Amino acid sequence: MKYVDEFRDGDKARAIASQICQEAQPGKTYNLMEFCGGHTHAIFRYGIPDLLPDNVNLIHGPGCPVCVLPIGRLDMAVDLARRPEVILCTYGDMLRVPGSGRVSLMKVRAEGTDVRMLYSPADALTLARENPDKQVVFFAIGFETTTPPTAVVVEQAAKLGLKNFSVFSNHVLTPAAMHAILNTPEAGSGELKVDGFIGPAHVSTVIGSDPYQVFPERYGKPVVIAGFEPLDVLQAILMLIRQLNDGRCQVENEFTRAVTSSGNLKARALVDKVFELRKSFEWRGLGAIPESALQLRPEYADYDAEKRFALEQKEGRENKACECPSILRGVKNPRDCPLFGDPCTPDNPLGSCMVSSEGACAAYYSYGRYKENRIAVEEVQP
Amino acid sequence: MSNLNIARGRVEMVHGSGGRAMSDLIQQLFAGAFDNQWLAQGNDQARFDLPPGQVVMATDSHVVSPLFFPGGDIGSLSVHGTINDVVMSGARPCFLSAGFILEEGFPLADLKRIVDSMAAASKEAGVPIVTGDTKVVERGKGDGVFINTTGVGVVPEGLVLSGDQARPGDAILVSGHIGDHGVCILSLRESLGFESEIQSDSQSLHTLVSAMVAEVPDIRCLRDPTRGGLANTLNELAHQSAVGMQLFEKDIPVRAQVRAACEFLGLDPLYVANEGKLIAICPQSEAERLLAVMRAHPQGQDAAIIGRVVEDEHRFVQMETAFGGNRMVDWLNGEQLPRIC
Repeated sequence: MKYVDEFRDGDKARAIASQICQEAQPGKTYNLMEFCGGHTHAIFRYGIPDLLPDNVNLIHGPGCPVCVLPIGRLDMAVDLARRPEVILCTYGDMLRVPGSGRVSLMKVRAEGTDVRMLYSPADALTLARENPDKQVVFFAIGFETTTPPTAVVVEQAAKLGLKNFSVFSNHVLTPAAMHAILNTPEAGSGELKVDGFIGPAHVSTVIGSDPYQVFPERYGKPVVIAGFEPLDVLQAILMLIRQLNDGRCQVENEFTRAVTSSGNLKARALVDKVFELRKSFEWRGLGAIPESALQLRPEYADYDAEKRFALEQKEGRENKACECPSILRGVKNPRDCPLFGDPCTPDNPLGSCMVSSEGACAAYYSYGRYKENRIAVEEVQP
Repeated sequence: MSNLNIARGRVEMVHGSGGRAMSDLIQQLFAGAFDNQWLAQGNDQARFDLPPGQVVMATDSHVVSPLFFPGGDIGSLSVHGTINDVVMSGARPCFLSAGFILEEGFPLADLKRIVDSMAAASKEAGVPIVTGDTKVVERGKGDGVFINTTGVGVVPEGLVLSGDQARPGDAILVSGHIGDHGVCILSLRESLGFESEIQSDSQSLHTLVSAMVAEVPDIRCLRDPTRGGLANTLNELAHQSAVGMQLFEKDIPVRAQVRAACEFLGLDPLYVANEGKLIAICPQSEAERLLAVMRAHPQGQDAAIIGRVVEDEHRFVQMETAFGGNRMVDWLNGEQLPRIC
């Protein structure tokens, strides 16, 4: 497959891996956080940890939209779905995430409510036009990558003057989450060891590489933006190791085939037209982060499900033993969770990180379970 | 008897009531198409003799959506699916039954197309449909048509194929490209809106199987990787035989179009359904011979040895990726795609 196979080439992988082994200095440990769940997934799907020396540790970041959504917001969606006039639609991963009392949208659907899985928000618009007597609510989640498509449908709904379409926005922002991670008590105490970031791929195609400049400057953490293909990830690891060895600290772009410094200006303008910053938004694991999420602007209030249905913010009930929050902060490994593998599995998820394929727990369980001990040794903080 | 208006008519509740209208439907739509001496007995059951050997039986219900797709339809699929389940024992398939659940309002023309396609598939395989049943449910209580088929077959003397017989050291083979059926169905779902030229691989594998077991009677087990795809079927076999498996990604045949579609949709071809492929596990010493037999058959031209059985108390299926790492190939999680077959 053109433009894909080139980035999954086994010979090139071995060449970069041997370069990494040569350049990673034995006395040094390299703790690198891949922010994105897309990277976590690629790392495990292609078996990248097998190719790295023991002193290169990958720490899994919070860049999995399903994982960071607090249970309270999911409970609000569950309430929406239970309204008889509502067709609630969302992306597939979201359906299986357990809310309070382990009620997921899948379970709510089995109760007889109308919950639909979508591949594109445009389908929600089609549903609204086909079901004029129903209220179609798009339960929108995701980082900067999925925000522009939501903005497009809100704009289209406004142009069409649709009265039965709204968006329950849970769009969140990557740089805000990176700041939050670097400001946790664990970051202050040194419990969180992050020497550098593998920066997001798709998010960066939208926002560009400029928004990451602050991380080398303010926190002394280098960032290498990387594509989601396995060779991209390996190359980014090598670039980070080189920066750390050279004492350099900057934003570098491995994903030049898609990411520019200013990103996709058209998409950004559209998002800016439809959305505005929330003062604060609750993140699972990271708590309330100021200016870290988006809501519809007042001009589009008619399409804001929170306003249309006068939704009240809910406090979700977390499973107390679930370590998703610490895993999302990068201070615990999925294996440290007492629920991992028993009883929490992808078929019976107790926490959100076990649901999405981008979640660290699901990646560990599905791809890495066979070498339990090895992964634990490789990836647990020294 | 009144003539059905097949071109414009629709299924009505009365067609399932047991009365004259039902008899008309059966006579004009089913009996002619399936025509065989056992069905012609006209009883509530078919009476038949079987050749000597152990009898196997399998049943499968078909709810695929959409009903018609490139490479087949629910009718041919319901014949192929059950024949394949029967023949994975090494058996010769002998007879089929067919049960229809029809939704009120379903066009008779579509039903005729489906029935004719079933009849053609059954004739092509030489496995007659000898008994059947028809029920009608109210509009909105079904989705056009659901079909259950049951098959019986007879296993030749001396063959004992079973999913619990894989042994460490055995070779794992697949009969061709994986994922065609699932991607074909996916491409037709209205919410996806992408076009592909992939045809379903729906086909009866009985001649391929009979060639394989004739040449290599030591085959440990055969299974068709339908829902859940190659990955799920191998996990089932690993579990049943209490072994592990090691696959080699570079050896697993996947069409470029299927890979591209999976890439696009975030799916893994290992988990995508097939309806005309089989997995074979045999002693390593027989692997090349079995591969040659498979490749000599039109349904096995693209067959490949894709891995080997290993000892593993955890019964894990693992894969060396084309990239050079190793990873687990887990059971299918959740629902990848509903109503695929």
